[in-house]
Amino acid sequence: MPNFGRARKALERRVLDGAGKASPSDRRSAFNNSGLPEPVGALVDTVARHAYRVADEDFAAARTSGMSEDQVFEIVVCAAIGESARLYDTALAALQSATGKE
Amino acid sequence: MRLAILDNGHGFGTKALFAFIRTVSRQPVLDVVKLVKYRPGFYGNPMSALTQEAMRGPSTWSVGDRELMAAFVAKTIHCEFCTKAHSAVAQKAYRDGKNVSAVLSDLDLTVIEEPLRATLLMLGKLTREHAVNADDIRAVLVAGASRQQIEGALAVCFSFNVIGRLADAFGFSVPGLEAFEAGAKYLLARGYR
Repeated sequence: MPNFGRARKALERRVLDGAGKASPSDRRSAFNNSGLPEPVGALVDTVARHAYRVADEDFAAARTSGMSEDQVFEIVVCAAIGESARLYDTALAALQSATGKE
Repeated sequence: MRLAILDNGHGFGTKALFAFIRTVSRQPVLDVVKLVKYRPGFYGNPMSALTQEAMRGPSTWSVGDRELMAAFVAKTIHCEFCTKAHSAVAQKAYRDGKNVSAVLSDLDLTVIEEPLRATLLMLGKLTREHAVNADDIRAVLVAGASRQQIEGALAVCFSFNVIGRLADAFGFSVPGLEAFEAGAKYLLARGYR
């Protein structure tokens, strides 16, 4: 799926390296679900592992830690895309292993 | 929604568009639309392009099949908004509401084509357990799905893991059936652009 691959690269490049209110380093950490201090780290982990359990308190805690709404928006977007990318890559590696093709 | 900017942080032109949508459809603007229209250069535009490719790009899966996969992935991550929204689209695309509900209620007891059933089972495991292995993929291939079909299904899975997680994280409102029906008509006619 060359077009999907291009669209995925464009999306990831935009949210990780394009202009934003959160630092590129924080956005990358959210994407990787690794390295963000609490309470933002907990919010990111919940989005990645079981987003339906996210609560108002998780957002309130992130805001209290000093993040603006725009920064929280970007961090949450990066967390969701990062987890989805890991799932996709895991399955694609399994497909390549099953078929013996790149 | 949990961020006020997603409810009312849009520019004047977008707010005017929302007013037009409310007037014409006589339905509230869905939160998913508010999300993709907020600072669209950051998330909405590139994500819409990706989703259009996964859901309406070239594929041997039908539109109904892909919408069913979207609803199935959404149900697996417990996203009520996306489950209802994409069930409605799949039902319209298939013109068979009964079977869509049956697949989402109990895949094992529903009569559907084996390649689609095996693919849904694999997407469910991937999304639920965050892992699949070569044996899981071989089971899909043995059931008759092609490599390209598996790649296409993984693209749908990518899209709806993103959208479903964001729907739950940002706290999308879940409107009534009529709003989802209106959304389904739009998505079938216009796609995700």
